Amino acid sequence: MSKLDLLQGTLDLMVLQTLAAMGPLHGYGIARRIEHISGNEVLLNQGTIYASLVRLEQRGWIASSWGTSDNNRKAKFYAITEDGRKQLAEDTRYWERLSDVMDRVLAVGGGMGNEEGPA
Amino acid sequence: MKLLRRPRERFRAFFHKPELDAELQAEIAAHLEMAIEENLQRGLSHTEARRQALVRFGGVELAKDQHREARGLMKLDILLQDLKYTFRTLGRDRGFTMVAILILALGIGANIAVFSVVNTLLLRPLPFPKAQELVWIAPPPTKCGLSCSTYSTDAYDEFRSYTRSFQDVTGYFAFSGPGNLSLSLGGAPLPATSIDVIANFFDLLGVHPTMGRLFTADDARNGAPPVVVLTDPWWRRQFNADPAIVGKAFDMNGKQTTVIGVLPRSFDFGAVFSPGAKIDAITPLNLYGPPRDWGNIITFIGRLQPGVSLAQARDDAKAAAPRMCWNNKYPNSCGQYTDAVVPVPLKDYISGKLRRSLVVLWCAVGAILLIACVNLSNLMLARAAARSKEFAMRSALGASRFRIVRQLLTESLVLSAAGAVFGLGLAMVLVAWLAHQGAIALPLLSTLRIDGDALGWTVLIAVFAATFFGLIPGMRIAGGNLQEALKDSGAGSGLGRKHERVRSVLVVTEVALACMLLVGAGLLLRSFMKVLDVDLGFQPDRAAAVNVNYDDNVPNDKDGKLGAAKRGVIFQQILARVGAIPGVEAVGMSDYLPLGGNRAWGTPSPKGRKWRDKEITSGPLVYVITPEYLRAMGTGIRGRDFTWDDGPNGENVVMINKSFARFLSSLGQWQDYDALGKVLDTGGGDIRVVGVVDDVHEESVEGEAGWQIYYPATQASPAGATMVVRTKLPPATLASSVMAALRQLNPKQTAAEFKPIKTLVSHSVSPRRFFMMLVGSFAGLGLLLAALGIYGVISYSVTRQTQEIGIKMALGASAELVQRQVLAGTLRLAVFGIVLGTAASFAAARLIASLLFDTSPWDAWTYIGTVAALLAVAVVSGFLPARRASRINPLVALRAN
Repeated sequence: MSKLDLLQGTLDLMVLQTLAAMGPLHGYGIARRIEHISGNEVLLNQGTIYASLVRLEQRGWIASSWGTSDNNRKAKFYAITEDGRKQLAEDTRYWERLSDVMDRVLAVGGGMGNEEGPA
Repeated sequence: MKLLRRPRERFRAFFHKPELDAELQAEIAAHLEMAIEENLQRGLSHTEARRQALVRFGGVELAKDQHREARGLMKLDILLQDLKYTFRTLGRDRGFTMVAILILALGIGANIAVFSVVNTLLLRPLPFPKAQELVWIAPPPTKCGLSCSTYSTDAYDEFRSYTRSFQDVTGYFAFSGPGNLSLSLGGAPLPATSIDVIANFFDLLGVHPTMGRLFTADDARNGAPPVVVLTDPWWRRQFNADPAIVGKAFDMNGKQTTVIGVLPRSFDFGAVFSPGAKIDAITPLNLYGPPRDWGNIITFIGRLQPGVSLAQARDDAKAAAPRMCWNNKYPNSCGQYTDAVVPVPLKDYISGKLRRSLVVLWCAVGAILLIACVNLSNLMLARAAARSKEFAMRSALGASRFRIVRQLLTESLVLSAAGAVFGLGLAMVLVAWLAHQGAIALPLLSTLRIDGDALGWTVLIAVFAATFFGLIPGMRIAGGNLQEALKDSGAGSGLGRKHERVRSVLVVTEVALACMLLVGAGLLLRSFMKVLDVDLGFQPDRAAAVNVNYDDNVPNDKDGKLGAAKRGVIFQQILARVGAIPGVEAVGMSDYLPLGGNRAWGTPSPKGRKWRDKEITSGPLVYVITPEYLRAMGTGIRGRDFTWDDGPNGENVVMINKSFARFLSSLGQWQDYDALGKVLDTGGGDIRVVGVVDDVHEESVEGEAGWQIYYPATQASPAGATMVVRTKLPPATLASSVMAALRQLNPKQTAAEFKPIKTLVSHSVSPRRFFMMLVGSFAGLGLLLAALGIYGVISYSVTRQTQEIGIKMALGASAELVQRQVLAGTLRLAVFGIVLGTAASFAAARLIASLLFDTSPWDAWTYIGTVAALLAVAVVSGFLPARRASRINPLVALRAN
């Protein structure tokens, strides 16, 4: 099975959730964490995480500061803000509703998958 | 505020690029090092650890780009890059840039200027508050003069009190002539022009004074002290913009008259109601004084009640009309205005007649813009062809087609913005010049200016032009094949040929448009020539007119005979003195001149026959003249002229014009069907027709002559005196001696202007001349641009075919043959364009048919002239490249590649 393409906006949500769950992390740490949790199912160019980070920071949902990593390396650490937590809660609700609806829609009258089966 | 946070951050990031880029660089470096370290710990070799880290990261430059895009204003970045590049390329190609900007400035400038004219005359509301409520109330257009479009004071009162659709109704005295006010400040009295208005005139229009006050009903009652309101230009010119003028009194027409106010600069009576006339002062019209019995003297202007439609107002006016009387003292004069009281929007009255002309003008100037754009497209294509390798290279290096088209559009936008700036400057000069052309009888011209609308229009057409001439070449370049372009050596390859085809199509379009413009201009020119050729019934050359002041007041003059006798003496004395000046051929006086003001008094009938009801719709225009006046004007008489013996106590005599004589004779009252020598019944006595006079164009040069009747100044009372002097020399050379003679006889004579009769004619034909000159100059411009276009294409194709021509010549083709072939190519383009353009003109000619005078819209000479002009221009513009082609040295040409 091929890796999943990320839907528009999902990466931002993943980053927020990661920071909420793990506390302050640097870019590499966030990327590794997402890869780990997704079980390597997500097609993620680690570099794209930085566009997402700057977007979130400009919106004021995360804050950054330079610090030192576990192995004594200078790195920029990101932490979720109060606004970010609110946004995360909102986005989570939205995703739950959306996936709920999608589940129901796809269950109606049997999907394409049932008739054709995997080729 | 949160909503704006991100845009604000992005905007800030745009200006902190170096710091942010450095920070990102450090962050990415740290990221990669951590990844490599982890990979090393997993036991990979150093090279492999680094390779895998980079693979997982997925393109450092891409990540940076994404970061920058998310963080800053990428679009602006690109735009700045494009602009920088554009300035560099345009700067390198200075010749092209200058030609392009010049063409655009001409095209856009002409468009802005014409838009301002159209906006002022047609689109913008009149310069009064709630101008859409204002209506002009007059009979439907008829052949007769001002008298037919005016009403009596009794009719005014009745109309005003009966109707309910109007907030108020006002009007002005329609028969004021230029120079009717004489201002004495010591020394020779100065002539000025004033208009009498009904006291509520300014209230109704919504005009407020810049100083003092305007009229109240009290100013117009019997015995009120004389007051005057000054117009802004007169206040500045004559009174040096005296800030304390209000309350001062001056001797005007012999009466101490108090200045009560100064009108704002924005109010220009002439511009609105009497195009081309210069009004200096406004005075109140006393409706209950002598004007009561002057007949039809006032025009009606009304302001509709809010919410009342024009149709309702029309019904209201129609109902009021039968109740209105010419004079309440004569009950049989009631009802004569039936169906002759019709409100139309004031704006339509003022500029409605010009709509068609303006639309044609607008189309002409639009065609100029199109031609300019087509020309620019052509130039851009030629440049693009030369730059195709550059574009191919950029494309090969990863620029998207969109990006390349955007680059081209940026270039065209920069060019057209520069063109618009220069065009705006050009338009400002043009508009300022036009606004000061007082001699052009077009309404509202003095209010002409470049305003916000014009600026908006400028932006609109600049963007349109840029898109037009940037997109076509852009599409062609972007649509081209890259490899081919890279391989293309510039000679005989596919892209080059395709370009040439597009360019040929563009040139054909250009020639066709120029052809249409030329046909339009040619038709207008032919009409203008015909208008100048019209037999006016008088000879405008070598004659001049001057207002003469006189005092014919006689106390206790019951029937006016004493006054008439006194007038006769004064006039005879003046005319004898002026007639004795060497160089004067003939001299006489009239109260009104042709093509100026006029009035009617009623229609005399053949003696023994009364007019039946509705038999006469409008009376002949009345001129009160002295002997020899008609000779001074150069108007022919059959029968005899008046003499000084036709005095107050002699037989009453009259002269009538041919049209009126023909009508009277056709009634069959006289056996010989000739009015000459017959007696007419005026209703108040008998008069004998002693002369039949040539028809004179009294209203306009172009219109037909109506009925005219001439009374001797010693038997009827004139409305003033204008002396006409016919001279052997140019009239201006006699001005000072004539004025000296007048001053000697009457110290109160104003320093009036000595006006050539020719100016009456040129004033009357000035709107036609104005439109013809504009359309003509646009056609000239179009022709020039078309010539440039033809030259460009042919010249380019010669360059492109240098090798081919070289081979032909090496194989024995003579220089003449090569030259002929190039010229043939040129003519082919021109002929295509001409055929297309002629066909289009043929179809569109109907549009300007109503603007033509005595000229068919399919006038053969115009078409022949246009075709000849275009062919000549094509030959000339093809000649240079053809000569160059014939001088190609085969050896050099073949070695070139």
